[in-house]
Amino acid sequence: MRYLPLTDADRSAMLSVIGAGSIDDLFADVPAEARLSAPIAGLPDHASEMAVERHMARLSANNTTAGSVPFFLGAGAYRHHVPATVDHLIQRGEFLTAYTPYQPEIAQGTLQVLFEFQTQVARLFGTDVANASLYDGSTACWEAVAMAGRITKRGKAVLSGGVHPHYVETARTMAKFTGDMLDTSAPILSATPDDDVLIARIDAQTSCVVVQYPDILGRIPDLAKIAAAAQAQGALLIAVVTEPVALGVLQSPGSLGADIVVGEGQSLGVGLQFGGPYLGLFGCREKYLRQIPGRLCGETVDADGKRGFVLTLSTREQHIRREKATSNICTNSGLCALAFSIHMTLLGGSGLSDMAKLSHIAARKAAAALAEVPGVTVVNDHYFNEFAVNLPKEARQVVRDLADRRVLGGVSLGRLYPQEASLANGLVIAATECTTDEDIAALVSALKEVLA
Amino acid sequence: MNAINPTGWRPSIGENTPDGTSQTFTGNRALQLEEALLFELGNADRSGVDFPATDDIDLSALGPMARAERPDLPGLSEPETVRHYTRLSRQNYAIDLGVFPLGSCTMKHNPRLDEKVARMPGFADVHPLQPVQTVQGALGVINELAQWLIELTGMHGVAMTPKAGAHGELCGLLCIRAALEAKGDPRDVILVPESAHGTNPATAAFAGFKVENIPATPDGRVDTAALTARLGPDVAGVMITNPNTCGLFERDLKIIADAVHAAGGYVYCDGANFNAIVGRVRPGDLGVDAMHINLHKTFSTPHGGGGPGSGPVVLSEALSPFGPLPFTARQVDGSIKLIEEEHAHEEHPQTFGRMCAFHGQMGMFTRALAYILSHGADGLRQVSGDAVLNANYVLRSLDDVLDAPFGSAGPCMHEALFSDDGFAEGFSTNDLAKGLIDEGYHPMTVYFPLVVHGAMLVEPTETESRAGLDQFIGAMRSLADRARAGDERLKSAPHLAPRRRLDETLAARKPKLVYKES
Repeated sequence: MRYLPLTDADRSAMLSVIGAGSIDDLFADVPAEARLSAPIAGLPDHASEMAVERHMARLSANNTTAGSVPFFLGAGAYRHHVPATVDHLIQRGEFLTAYTPYQPEIAQGTLQVLFEFQTQVARLFGTDVANASLYDGSTACWEAVAMAGRITKRGKAVLSGGVHPHYVETARTMAKFTGDMLDTSAPILSATPDDDVLIARIDAQTSCVVVQYPDILGRIPDLAKIAAAAQAQGALLIAVVTEPVALGVLQSPGSLGADIVVGEGQSLGVGLQFGGPYLGLFGCREKYLRQIPGRLCGETVDADGKRGFVLTLSTREQHIRREKATSNICTNSGLCALAFSIHMTLLGGSGLSDMAKLSHIAARKAAAALAEVPGVTVVNDHYFNEFAVNLPKEARQVVRDLADRRVLGGVSLGRLYPQEASLANGLVIAATECTTDEDIAALVSALKEVLA
Repeated sequence: MNAINPTGWRPSIGENTPDGTSQTFTGNRALQLEEALLFELGNADRSGVDFPATDDIDLSALGPMARAERPDLPGLSEPETVRHYTRLSRQNYAIDLGVFPLGSCTMKHNPRLDEKVARMPGFADVHPLQPVQTVQGALGVINELAQWLIELTGMHGVAMTPKAGAHGELCGLLCIRAALEAKGDPRDVILVPESAHGTNPATAAFAGFKVENIPATPDGRVDTAALTARLGPDVAGVMITNPNTCGLFERDLKIIADAVHAAGGYVYCDGANFNAIVGRVRPGDLGVDAMHINLHKTFSTPHGGGGPGSGPVVLSEALSPFGPLPFTARQVDGSIKLIEEEHAHEEHPQTFGRMCAFHGQMGMFTRALAYILSHGADGLRQVSGDAVLNANYVLRSLDDVLDAPFGSAGPCMHEALFSDDGFAEGFSTNDLAKGLIDEGYHPMTVYFPLVVHGAMLVEPTETESRAGLDQFIGAMRSLADRARAGDERLKSAPHLAPRRRLDETLAARKPKLVYKES
């Protein structure tokens, strides 16, 4: 077997050093009735590289890829162009096949990357500090809610209707077991976000207000106004950014007063990957440093006084604190953080800004073209690269019919909110710098057919 | 200062370093290259990506939240970027460079076929919310891997969405809570052996349980009598690692499981060490109700410097109805259906809900499936056999120079455990570990499990050759001799790594988590 270096001669020589008669003898502690005497029946035996590649290629071919058709899906995952350099660098074995940097003397590469990543995220979010990443945006969002509870010692989180429904569901699952109360609502298909309704829901029991920026319908809430209202009641503002490219042209949540900013970093470097692995981003005010979940990398010096980096403040973490830890998290999303960081380095502030502007103009063109389709209305006043439209019929079926015409035409609100009849005709359309004028024309023409 | 090293330490020409070589003008030492921080190298005007001109783009549709200035993020050109990260990469140790014997972490070879497969466009370039008719192949991967995991563990169902081992633990415990609530039997205590991974008690607490520790016996296993004596109407379940963190098989697991079930509780098995038994023992045959499988351990998806992981959870018949959304189901016509919130009330009404956005770690599923198909049922059995053989070879090749606390009790499983007993006064496990760095190895897991003084947990995995192990054993014997003899130079090791011992106290006392211009 190509991944196993031992030969039969090695095995018998090693068994004689050990003083065992066979490999099976080494499993003597397993009760006989639980020990299998042969490979599990009914499963295939080993296969060559060529055979495995062929099998997987067949499965791969049975999908419609985003790059092969006009593509307009967003709602928490975006298709941006990732420079070839990113994938080349993350495949260097020293990054790919390294472990968590618990031995800093021989992990300065990973550690410096994490320190740079934390700084990039903090600057992007406008926060004082950031962590070394979490699993994804949805779990980062829950971790922020839990952290706000620890800080304020209050148990009620108020979530905007504009927060991604999967993020809300994730929080709902966790809150059921921790006893936190979540005040949630579905969005309303209207031009402006629910800022004022949200503010009215904040009270003296509120630990935090959670606002997505831009929201699930692409609208852009006034974070400064919400921050002021939350903080007046002693609650924290958690801003959720599912499309970090937006911050190339929008003010950072931290600069608008958000106390904690979380996000999904997938847009930069990571790719669509059918939903994972993705990259949870997490930044906050420095005064909450010791309540941050997940890993943190910090600067220090070595025995010679040279600058170096280590994982730090681990007294918050499970391997030290066990049941008293701030979180049970034991990994970050290291390789995705590296990909994000490299992409961000290639872009720089000017490149990020350009990419954001090009995504925005593509969305404007799409919105203008769709507004001309009979029966279709564009919902948003303002948006970045994603907006909602109202269709004259159920959007879920429209999306399926568009797919039959080889157009991936957005995410239906019926898929995201199956219980909300009022949203059934809503469709969320995203565009990026990858979107061409031909793609937009194809969407419009297919949509006209489907709606006819 | 004219030196090209802008990063704050003084290059000093002519001074001798502790190993007798002279320092250089740049701070570099031939192939050992220093690298400045991105923020010292780049600026926001520089970019490695070309875009069309954007000056004329009308931004009015952004509304009042538009920003006035571009973000303060340094950029680099493409050649500078390649060099920055390539130079940084060379300051890392990695499996690709040599033995990486971290106990409980299963650092095995990462096949490059798996990387190629994960990048096939049908997996890498599909959106998680595409209509299911357009992602049948991707759903097929999830379903096929799920079937393998069920067969290999002898369990009833599997939750594929947990994003890492600890997330999988949470999934298992949430299933247990949901099952108890469905029975109207609220219980709030989880029993955890003292040798458990720290994630176990942390997860139990996070899921709202009270954690009680169960002692170990002198032979390194769970004290079955103490555990069964503690069972009662308040005990929701137990979390047991098998093979355990001492590298030993919990012989009594079936007896424990029967007792826990009889008392109305459930058995969670931490599957971190599944690599030791894959293809030879099925946890389902031992009465386990839930077990996470770290795909990044047993099924060799790369660790990536600390993630992403992936932690699917296999479930017993009793717990399967409570598993999370979404999941896949193959239909009679061969197509794959995705069960999400929309269909949950008909097809999976008792689910505890959703644990994350989307479908879990797809990029890890493709890699793990390629790995499993490559090995097949026969190869996976050889994997556990060789992993255990290599660990016992290390154990027996070192137990005359290092104390092996459970070594006399018989063979170990996939990892060999040693203590610092016998080291000279003032010499610690950490000293030996840092000495291993100078020898060109990554240290083993140190000071874990907590039940052994100065623990050193060595997991060689099945992908090490005998010759490679012999050299590692030679290095370990030499270091054991030095630690026992009290070689002072060991106490300041490593001497040859890119950095010497780092001041972790300073890092924690004055946290500097982001770069600030001084």
